[in-house]
Amino acid sequence: MATTLKEKSNSQIMDENRRNDIVLEVKDLSIYYGDNRAVNGISLDIEKNAVTALIGPSGCGKSTFLRSINRMNDLIPSARAEGEINYEGINLLGDNIDVVALRKEIGMVFQKPNPFPKSIYENISYALKFAGIHKKSVLNEKVEESLTKAALWEEVKDRLHTSALSLSGGQQQRLCIARTVAMEPTVLLLDEPSSALDPISNAKVEELVVELKNDYSIIIVTHNMQQASRISDKTAFFLNGDLIEFDRTEKIFTNPSVKKTEEYISGRFG
Amino acid sequence: MVTRTFFDNNLKELKEKVLHMGDEAKKAVILSMESLVEQDSDKAQAVIAGDNKIDHMDEEINEQAILLIAKEAPVATDLRKIIAALRVSSEIERIADMAVNIAKSTLHIGGEKYIKEIIEIPKMLEISLEMLTDSLTSFYAEDAHLAKKCAQRDDEVDEMYGRLIKELMGYIPQKPTATNQITQLAFVCRYIERIGDHTTNIAENVIYLVTGKNYDLNA
Repeated sequence: MATTLKEKSNSQIMDENRRNDIVLEVKDLSIYYGDNRAVNGISLDIEKNAVTALIGPSGCGKSTFLRSINRMNDLIPSARAEGEINYEGINLLGDNIDVVALRKEIGMVFQKPNPFPKSIYENISYALKFAGIHKKSVLNEKVEESLTKAALWEEVKDRLHTSALSLSGGQQQRLCIARTVAMEPTVLLLDEPSSALDPISNAKVEELVVELKNDYSIIIVTHNMQQASRISDKTAFFLNGDLIEFDRTEKIFTNPSVKKTEEYISGRFG
Repeated sequence: MVTRTFFDNNLKELKEKVLHMGDEAKKAVILSMESLVEQDSDKAQAVIAGDNKIDHMDEEINEQAILLIAKEAPVATDLRKIIAALRVSSEIERIADMAVNIAKSTLHIGGEKYIKEIIEIPKMLEISLEMLTDSLTSFYAEDAHLAKKCAQRDDEVDEMYGRLIKELMGYIPQKPTATNQITQLAFVCRYIERIGDHTTNIAENVIYLVTGKNYDLNA
């Protein structure tokens, strides 16, 4: 009897440890646009301080899933979600969620760089001021810190007050990452962040993502298989709204368990 | 919809090249055994001279595989197909080297009359060659079951090797003047045993290709 109890408590400890490594727990999530179901009851755990890649052909539900995490789908009137996305014990799909606070915790960067038509400095300080930070020295510090984290500081430190629109596409995207990071989020959602960039800028964003996982948990949607295999720790393959396979990236790209995954990653369809 | 037709054709071509190289190596081994049994130095020389061609085929396979990796960024089974082709061609290259070694033994023995008729050694080689044929077929057909089956026969080769070495060593005290010949024949047995080992390695690579797992068939 004593052994059974001990075993039980050990397994409970393991379970707790496992939970501690998880930042988001997705349970039976379905997302609808009107009558059309775009995501079909998926369940997966997103690891802390890791990069999770979402892959799959266009229309497979990966971006819909990504956008549901910080409730961006709320902006689409016909969209509704069922199931749970648990974050620190709270279901993010609940009615009483403050989406502004949520989007501070779970920030997002989009496919096309979308800096504000303001100076580089203001792109970052704007949201900080909105969040109640007005002291110049604190703002300066935060701007430098965020730009450094986004590997952009060295390139822009001498022209912080020039327009963000004067930056190259790759720099603009890193500015958008800096702007998101400035809010000190826990999770970063990246929706094809480098698909509009040239190879060098793409490589910089990829390096940055790997760097950033030390501080954040990252979920990235990408159509670039090599990108997913290079930078992610776990990969989820979506098809027609279903989660077909979710495993360690090295497993997915060397020996996937499901034939459909293999066909997709090796370019046999999609 | 099936895509990547060019890539699939290139993979097939790579595989066929490996198979063709295997056939050439097999021919070289057979010719080397003929040179030994018939004590035909011309055949032995032909095996030695022909090794360049096989080495060249190996280089060509290497280059094509590297190019495919660079151009096509293969993953999963595609990647394993290329890696297996690289590894298998390298095993075949070593098998062809064994043919050269056997041919050199023929030359070392010269025309010296054999202490007894050479019957068992070709039989041992026959098993190794059957294994080689099966392992190459399993590579082409991506048949892990056949690969495993063919590797199991390596025990027969090993057993024969042990028996023949013992027999040959037993002749040394009886025929001390034939020591050079006996030693060379023992080497030949060793080369054939190595062919069995390389063939087993080919089979292991086929299993890796099919399952993605490394498998030790010698264990």
